[in-house]
Amino acid sequence: MERVVDPTTQKGSALRAQSQTIAFVVMTVALVIAPFVTYPLFVMQALCFALFACAFNLLIGYVGLMSFGHALYFGWASYISAHAAKVWGLPPELAILVGTVTAAVLGLIAGSLAIRRQGIYFAMITLALAQMMYFVALRAKFTGGEDGIQAVPRGTLLGLFDLRNDMTMYVLVLVVFLGGMLVIHRIIHSPFGEVLKAIRENETRAISLGYKTDNYKLLAFVLSATLAGVAGATKAILLQIASLTDVNWPMSGEVVLMSLVGGLGTIFGPVVGSFVILAMQYKLAFMGEWVLVIQGVIFVACVLLFRRGIVGEIAHRLHIKL
Amino acid sequence: MFEIFGIPSAALFGQLLIGLINGSFYALLSLGLAVIFGMLNIINFTHGAQYMLGALTAYLLLKWLGLGYWEALIVAPIVVGAIGIVIERVFLQWLYKLDHLYGLLLTFGLALIIEGVGRNYFGSAGLPYTLPESLRGGQNLGFMFLPNYRVWVIVASLTVCLGTWFIIERTKVGAYLRAATENPTLVRAFGINVPRMITLTYGFGVALAAFAGVMAAPIYNVSPNMGSELIIVVFAVVVIGGMGSILGAIVTGFALGIIEGLTKVFFPEASNTVIFVIMAIVLLVRPAGMFGRRA
Amino acid sequence: MRKILGLAALAAALVCGTANAQQQINVKIGVLTDMSSLYADNTGIGSVIAAKMAADEFMKSHPNFKVEVVSGDHQNKADVGVQIANQWIDVDHVDMIADVPNSGVALAITQVAAQKNKVFMASGPASSDLTGPKCNGNMVHWTYDTWMLANGTGKAIVKTGGDTWFFLTSDYAFGHALERDTAAVVTANGGKVLGAVRHPINTSDFSSFLLQAQASKAKIIGLANAGGDTINSIKQGAEFGIVKGGQKFAGLLVFASDINALGLDIAQGLIFTETFYWDLNDQTRAWTKRWHAERKDDNKVPTMNQAGVYSGTLHYLKAVAAVGSAADGKAVVAKMKQLPAEDEVYGKSTVRQDGRVLHPAYLFEVKKPSESKYKHDFYHLRVTIPADEAFRPLKEGNCPLVSG
Repeated sequence: MERVVDPTTQKGSALRAQSQTIAFVVMTVALVIAPFVTYPLFVMQALCFALFACAFNLLIGYVGLMSFGHALYFGWASYISAHAAKVWGLPPELAILVGTVTAAVLGLIAGSLAIRRQGIYFAMITLALAQMMYFVALRAKFTGGEDGIQAVPRGTLLGLFDLRNDMTMYVLVLVVFLGGMLVIHRIIHSPFGEVLKAIRENETRAISLGYKTDNYKLLAFVLSATLAGVAGATKAILLQIASLTDVNWPMSGEVVLMSLVGGLGTIFGPVVGSFVILAMQYKLAFMGEWVLVIQGVIFVACVLLFRRGIVGEIAHRLHIKL
Repeated sequence: MFEIFGIPSAALFGQLLIGLINGSFYALLSLGLAVIFGMLNIINFTHGAQYMLGALTAYLLLKWLGLGYWEALIVAPIVVGAIGIVIERVFLQWLYKLDHLYGLLLTFGLALIIEGVGRNYFGSAGLPYTLPESLRGGQNLGFMFLPNYRVWVIVASLTVCLGTWFIIERTKVGAYLRAATENPTLVRAFGINVPRMITLTYGFGVALAAFAGVMAAPIYNVSPNMGSELIIVVFAVVVIGGMGSILGAIVTGFALGIIEGLTKVFFPEASNTVIFVIMAIVLLVRPAGMFGRRA
Repeated sequence: MRKILGLAALAAALVCGTANAQQQINVKIGVLTDMSSLYADNTGIGSVIAAKMAADEFMKSHPNFKVEVVSGDHQNKADVGVQIANQWIDVDHVDMIADVPNSGVALAITQVAAQKNKVFMASGPASSDLTGPKCNGNMVHWTYDTWMLANGTGKAIVKTGGDTWFFLTSDYAFGHALERDTAAVVTANGGKVLGAVRHPINTSDFSSFLLQAQASKAKIIGLANAGGDTINSIKQGAEFGIVKGGQKFAGLLVFASDINALGLDIAQGLIFTETFYWDLNDQTRAWTKRWHAERKDDNKVPTMNQAGVYSGTLHYLKAVAAVGSAADGKAVVAKMKQLPAEDEVYGKSTVRQDGRVLHPAYLFEVKKPSESKYKHDFYHLRVTIPADEAFRPLKEGNCPLVSG
């Protein structure tokens, strides 16, 4: 039975490590040039979602757990960060920090409940928890309900940089994104990451080797939730808005789509997926609801024909790991 | 008239009866999903869209062919079931060897397509469809007014649910089907056409969804979005009942209807969320669901 | 003689020269609407068509204008809406954003318009906060708002004898606001609110809530909800014999497209307030004919929001012509408030200091099927509420633009 993630062939770990570094450098260069050639606000939004998708992908690709409720961490971090910046008047770096911590705590609680089960049941528990928190968000006063939290101030970063300037904001978002990617890279290529891979391949054997697999899975879950939180908190400051859309299940679904299109289980896949899906939403916005139909077609096409996703397909052809 | 927790008993009985009726509707909807998962290991996210297609077909049958409700109850499930068979042959059969989650992603994509196309041609406000003449009006039971249509809903749902359960658990055809899911190679060795059985079973599950759609058309708004609103709740019902269990889906459907009914009286704002709370609790306590067979 | 002719020719050439030098004015309008979910029928493509109709009409009478209309689907998501709006303004040079159903998205767009000094012609959203605490000099609020709905429907119904109410409310900010505003109007006019029940949004089954409404024995069941919830409440209300039992439904946010979806059999007797009806007079009928020619779908009927897009766009273009360019949003809006508006769909309207557009409101009652003589013959007109009474008084809004 084919697993959700397809490990690619490798020609020695030296080459493998190099391909990822090269890809990282290429990506960074592209992102540095990007705001001068395309609309910066679009790139920034894509980067936030890319980080969110990468966080989700960490869980499915490297731990083998598909979460259907990732919007919970993204959305709540977004709300708390927005509230912190607008109502408590915190500077953006602290607002993002507060949002991230919220996501981590929620991840810990949700994770300790969900980790006990696997596969579709794990997914359904994460969905159930996310829907419950959606309901809380709908009714809580501070979230502004259907209107959301609007007019969140961009603020001044570290008291020095006025974030209302889109280019300055771009630097912040890029740094946050690259930082997140580096953290993910570090997680994967560490002893901790190796244990996670072992658990994904054969949990029983890992247990028999003495590893407390539940703790490893929980930690991975919390890390994934925290990174999703960073993405959400940054997005709130970027777009100056936090709304119910961010905590609802279609948002969880969108991140699955991004990872699928880009390549589940690859490091750069979700990034590419995020850009592709968002570009489609905006370029095709004039087509009205055909956009959703097209998204459906992409889902179907990816699952049937293109299971490795864009990056996964490239990696497979070139016999490298991305 | 005595009061229970501050609600007059008459009102409470009325709500319980409504809850039971809604439960029968949930049971009917979850039945199709449970059959498909139990027999085929496919998580059919398109179920909501197929339910919607049932209602839409009923509307179109009336509009283009003048066929009323009773005819639609038979024709629509057949039409939509046929569409289901096409879906299985063209898309789903390639996924049986893969992780369940791919099936879910594909059917999710299909749902987006069906609903999007539906919206494009029919809008999203809704299409008019009224109660059939023979089922209008109702009985004044003293503690509430019970529409005749709702009585029909509970009778039809119970019949279909029990009928399906009987076919699968107690007949030879059902036995073959159950055997085929456990060990398809062996069953094929006996000369039984397993792929065709699977295709027909998927078609049957889809037809059940469409049947529920036709039942819903006179009372719920017929719109391309009608399925996506319900699908999550139906999923939760099936998961709670145990994903492989037909009986589980039926019993949970009814139970949920009643619990939801009570929530609507005491804490109406939470009535959409109570199912998720229950689902989380059940999954933590009994991982395979109440009646599930696979952990 | 030749000299005089020569001078005359020179003079004529000079005059013609300056006339040809009359500048071409380029205007780009973005219709940001909902094309895929609950507001798609009462705004959506119909709104885009309305904007195009206004643009084409204006270009005919003003040949030096080039008006382009683009459209986008915000999918009822505030961040999608904000992103599209920003992209339109920064990259595509859009000058005016029209429509925007969904008050949450609208509140975000009005910020964007103020920040970038463009114009927001809000004909889609309902929140009266847009001309209240959240008002600014770059937006105008067309068509309707929650205050008008609550007061129009609430007051008129109480005055015609519907003095006991029970609310079926959507459990979120909009539903609560609608319930609160209407309840205030009902009590202020001598009526009584017997109770309310709050249901989650996108509920399919209302039987339980309808039972509670029936048990209350209130004369009027106020529907403080929208879209699919309203339709389901009414449809199931018919099933439960609400209207036959003597109670009436008051729709607090109902559009012609909803009545179209329900059918007269189920919707008969429903009372609500709107500011436009296709069959109101000869001009609205003529306009509707043209709208249908573009819409190419005889089953759809134009709603007040779509008419609002047409009306608002025309008035915007008129103001741009008076100012000379579309570049300065604030200046154009200020002109819109100075000039009186007039068109086929709304007749005469005025734009107030706080951005609120004043036009008459109408209390409609849905006809019985036997009373409907032709396609889309839906409403009886019960009461006409004059423009100065239909909307919240200027001083009560807490709009920062209004001094005092």
